[in-house]
Amino acid sequence: MALNMGSVMGIIFANMHDNTIHDITKSRTMGSVLFGGRYRLIDFPLSNMANSGVSEVAVITKENYQSLLDHLGSAREWDLARKKGGLHILPPFGNVEAGLYRGRLEALYGGISFLKASRTEYVILSDCDIIATIDYKPIVKAHVASGADITVVTNTAKHSADVISTSTVVNSDAEGRVVEVLHKPTLEGECSICLNMFVMKKNFLIELLEDGNARGHYSFERDVLQRKVSELNIRTFEFNEYFSKIYSMQSFFKANMDLIDPANSRRLYNLKRPIYTKVRDNAPSKYDLDCVVKSSLIADGCIIEGEVENSVIFRGVKVGKGAKVKNAILMQDTVIEDNAVVTNIITDKDVTVSEGKVVSSTEEYPLYIGKGSVI
Amino acid sequence: MFNKKECVAMLLAGGQGSRLYALTQSVAKPAVPFGAKYRIIDFPLSNCINSGIDTVGVLTQYQPLVLNEYIGNGQPWDLDRMNGGVHVLPPYQKASGSDWYSGTANAIYQNISFMDRYDPEYVIILSGDHIYKMDYDMMLTYHKQNDAACTIAVIDVPLEEASRFGIMFAHENGEIYDFVEKPKEPKSTLASMGIYIFTYSKLKEYLIANENDKDATKDFGNNIIPALLENNERVYAYRFDGYWKDVGTIDSLWEANMDLINPKIPIDLYDPSWKIYSRNPVMPPQSIGANAHVQNSVVTEGCYIDGAVEFSMISNGVTIEEGAVVIDSILMPGCVVKKGAKVEYAIVGENSVIEEGAQVGSRPENVENRDEWGIAVVGHNLTVSSGSYVKPKQIISESI
Repeated sequence: MALNMGSVMGIIFANMHDNTIHDITKSRTMGSVLFGGRYRLIDFPLSNMANSGVSEVAVITKENYQSLLDHLGSAREWDLARKKGGLHILPPFGNVEAGLYRGRLEALYGGISFLKASRTEYVILSDCDIIATIDYKPIVKAHVASGADITVVTNTAKHSADVISTSTVVNSDAEGRVVEVLHKPTLEGECSICLNMFVMKKNFLIELLEDGNARGHYSFERDVLQRKVSELNIRTFEFNEYFSKIYSMQSFFKANMDLIDPANSRRLYNLKRPIYTKVRDNAPSKYDLDCVVKSSLIADGCIIEGEVENSVIFRGVKVGKGAKVKNAILMQDTVIEDNAVVTNIITDKDVTVSEGKVVSSTEEYPLYIGKGSVI
Repeated sequence: MFNKKECVAMLLAGGQGSRLYALTQSVAKPAVPFGAKYRIIDFPLSNCINSGIDTVGVLTQYQPLVLNEYIGNGQPWDLDRMNGGVHVLPPYQKASGSDWYSGTANAIYQNISFMDRYDPEYVIILSGDHIYKMDYDMMLTYHKQNDAACTIAVIDVPLEEASRFGIMFAHENGEIYDFVEKPKEPKSTLASMGIYIFTYSKLKEYLIANENDKDATKDFGNNIIPALLENNERVYAYRFDGYWKDVGTIDSLWEANMDLINPKIPIDLYDPSWKIYSRNPVMPPQSIGANAHVQNSVVTEGCYIDGAVEFSMISNGVTIEEGAVVIDSILMPGCVVKKGAKVEYAIVGENSVIEEGAQVGSRPENVENRDEWGIAVVGHNLTVSSGSYVKPKQIISESI
């Protein structure tokens, strides 16, 4: 059957899992966390949806969403500034009685009138903690073909205990139907972790939300997937391409560093499915007379006069003469002044490391330096 | 009727750019890639918006496909406006017949109805093949102060180069009293930059008169400016002392690119108050490999570099494999330089591939007869196969 992706609405949770990297999300949402030299985490699900032909996307926010609004603007960069559909931002309907939402169900319930008004038939839910290039079309197709109530996107592999203990793990029977759901279990070995992307019929979601609201349920994982596993037809769609998951500062550091290896970045980035982001109109990057740059990712607008090795350098960064940068993530507009040395650090936006200063940590525990700090 | 605009810009972008040979076979000159992430036309378009001019007509004629697509609705330059904005103006059929643009003045003449819609006081005429950053508003203020009919931007050039330009003779107060187009023996060094501000009523008057003159070549330099001077109209020279370069030839295109790397040349693309905007190619950051050596170069998004790069301009999506060498060269978007290939003093067009062990260009000291040396050029979408050699000064427009 021909599937019209125009009948699919994307729903992105911008704040989900904020607390896993609370230093970086202190003043922003998970979705607006800077990543990979020029992106924000929300760029991945949003571009994936746009590239899959989804033309109506709702972004659900909770708190600290000013940077997110600034980043998304009219969503023109994702080709989602549309008369029909396009991007909608759903801030929380916080009032004295309700307070902020506690989980996915409550968050969605806040936007239920929007869901009801939309003319789309299916919904794809996604968080911002998975970095991947995904075509949602085959997932929606498989969902329709299988007749499932809910399709959960999973990855089956030998995951680390850290990944498993921060994930939802599902077990399926021989027919591919989910029979067991474990939320953040302590496990080892091969298992199917849920990538926090779900497909279902929009009207089915609305029913779940109304039922959940009546019963005081708020968690999609615990109150729907887990509680209703035997009454609902929940199926998995296995995603086996490159992805990384952000669940801690270490995993954030590693997910960035992994992309320095072209073998990984070529698997993540597909020129036919580009990852869009806010355009900054930077000049190209300039490599100076005595600079040494090895094994690094460099975005536009940088001026590199010193040494950079094994690092991810965001847009507009300056590395001065004689400065040494190693195993570092330098976010937007960081300045490493002349002869400063930084190793195993993450600098947030607009950080300055003054002339001659030495800042370092260990590879296992990279030091995070907050937005706007001057050292 | 649209809202009135004080000043409308008309950008001449129809030139064939025949002296860029293989690089302009399928692309109009203003759309030729420049400075790693720009196309030449980004400079005048960005100058317009940075100078507060939000209505721009772009006159196209030769190979307009890439240029039209690039300009699109003008959004990258903030020129997508409800009232004004950028408009591509190709020649068109009229009730009285159809005409190609037969000269710079004729092209503007054919678009009088476009300018009339905005009822402008002034019109600035720009060309699409210059690299510079200039505040047209300062020039407009100067034009108003002098109550001029026409103000021509001029720049001091070395006497030996003056014969390539239209040369002005001006009084102390800036008033121009004589003008010679490309003089054999130049006696002044004030060269026209091809940027004119006209009081619109005067422009219209002279364009119509010129059009009625059967002998005229319908050109600003040859007809309109001399006619203004003959009639003792107030024509003033506006001196510009910043960086300005005409990129009409292979050598000047190469030099202007290299100027962006040279710290002594005063053109700053990193000034946040005067950004040069361009259409974004949407690519990941540049990936510099473990074997790479990159110095004195400008590199932009989407590149994979694992070879040696010096004194070069590397555009988006270029791949330079391990062991490849790129020196003193310009690689346009999407080029691939494979293992062990060598590119020296060369310009490689968009999406061309230099196969393993091939060589493009050479250093001047490697050539016995200095007259035989020059920049080597590989056109767009070509392949230079393994073991082939594109000699200095050679220009190829077919794969070898």
